[in-house]
Amino acid sequence: MSVRVAPDGIKDVTTPLDDEDVASLRAGDRVRISGVLYTARDAAHGRLLPLIEQGQPLPFDVRGQIIYYTGPSPARPGDVVGSIGPTTASRMDRFTPALLRLGLKGTIGKGYRGAAVKDALREHRAVYFGAIGGAGAVLSRHVKALAVIAYEDLGTEAIRRLEVEGFPAIVINDCHGGDLYQDGQKAYAREGA
Amino acid sequence: MRDVHVSAIADAVKKLCMEANWNLEPDMLRAFDRALGTERSAAGRQVLQILKDNAQLAATRRIPYCQDTGMVVCFVELGQDVHVTGGGLVDAINEGVGQGYREGYLRASVVRSPFDRVNTGDNTPAVIHVDVVPGATLRIMIMAKGGGCENRSKYKMLTPAEGLPGVKDFIIECVKTAGPDACPPLVLGVGIGGTFEKSAILSKKALFRELGSPNPDPALDALEHELLDRANGLGIGPQGYGGDTTSFGIHLLTYPCHITSLPVAVTIECHAHRHKEVTL
Ligand code: SF4
Repeated sequence: MSVRVAPDGIKDVTTPLDDEDVASLRAGDRVRISGVLYTARDAAHGRLLPLIEQGQPLPFDVRGQIIYYTGPSPARPGDVVGSIGPTTASRMDRFTPALLRLGLKGTIGKGYRGAAVKDALREHRAVYFGAIGGAGAVLSRHVKALAVIAYEDLGTEAIRRLEVEGFPAIVINDCHGGDLYQDGQKAYAREGA
Repeated sequence: MRDVHVSAIADAVKKLCMEANWNLEPDMLRAFDRALGTERSAAGRQVLQILKDNAQLAATRRIPYCQDTGMVVCFVELGQDVHVTGGGLVDAINEGVGQGYREGYLRASVVRSPFDRVNTGDNTPAVIHVDVVPGATLRIMIMAKGGGCENRSKYKMLTPAEGLPGVKDFIIECVKTAGPDACPPLVLGVGIGGTFEKSAILSKKALFRELGSPNPDPALDALEHELLDRANGLGIGPQGYGGDTTSFGIHLLTYPCHITSLPVAVTIECHAHRHKEVTL
């Protein structure tokens, strides 16, 4: 079991995740993620999809893993990474169900997911986390190691393996159909606005 | 005639790009503080606090506030008595952008063609708008415009009969569809009137007004307050987690238009509203 509730009420999540871990996460849960994250965004997903379609191996085994949608800014000398916040997840929607089918257990980004992704989260037991968009400087402090593992020519869009500690996020869409965006907005919307 | 050498222009632009990305302007920091005092949602307050911390960390470590260091949008007010020497104005601006992004550890986020999508490597070129104005000074305003929020910007050609109510509804609709994708709290720049392209340019220019300052036109100022109140009643809140602070401000600029037209352009800007200017 790699999800534990800490005394401060935040769930400590350690990668990799299994179905049981995923099932214990609910929309609105605050989490701290430790372990490994893989970065991929538009261009890298564009290269992964044909590999999946042809049944070829991917640059990393996605089973139990989490993909973080981000393209970091360059590191200053001596730093592990530059600023590293999430990018808009919906641009990856067309690729996500295929990755979830292969056993990917989580994605981290910002913004709405489409219906097909939410269905796939339920069907394949996976979770969509939100990280705070625009908090790239703060989030960089949680990245302890970084290695480019594929598509170096894509620059900021290359696939990177990150080792993270206590990376802060929140569960947006869980595998039970829960949706923080819907619940949160309903709670604060004013009549007639 | 007053001579301004291109090296002074490139140097100024380089500094603006780095500073804008490392240091959020005081008007934005004040907006965070104001919102921390009014936001009812605990999750929302937490987001605002983290973003404030983020601004401080970025400034002290001289790293970008957000990893998307934007495409540079540059407005130039060129005094007609200024003589640019040593090269071209546009080249000088792009030279400054390239230097700023390379030397400032800022992300290169521009591709040379919308189709082959090969990164230019130094975030050039900028999108540059030049106005010639009276005087002998050169005012350079830059914005590092993030892509996630830009992608939610919208344009609509309304009919004159749809009028002000139609304009208001369209602006609120834009806030709704932007939602969490555009990293709220948002700042909106709205251009109303002119032609298709004029309204879009005004929507960018409107973002350069200091956040929290009144619109010089009292009628537009009242409209801005009304729209902001409606936007913040949507419940989207910081990051879309639910709350009262969906937008920090909505800035309007208008221009005369054709008897048949009512163009409205809405530029969606995020809380990483990185803008800075200098006058040479
Ligand atoms: S929308 Fe703004 S804050 Fe969000 S990732 Fe893009 S530039 Fe950064």
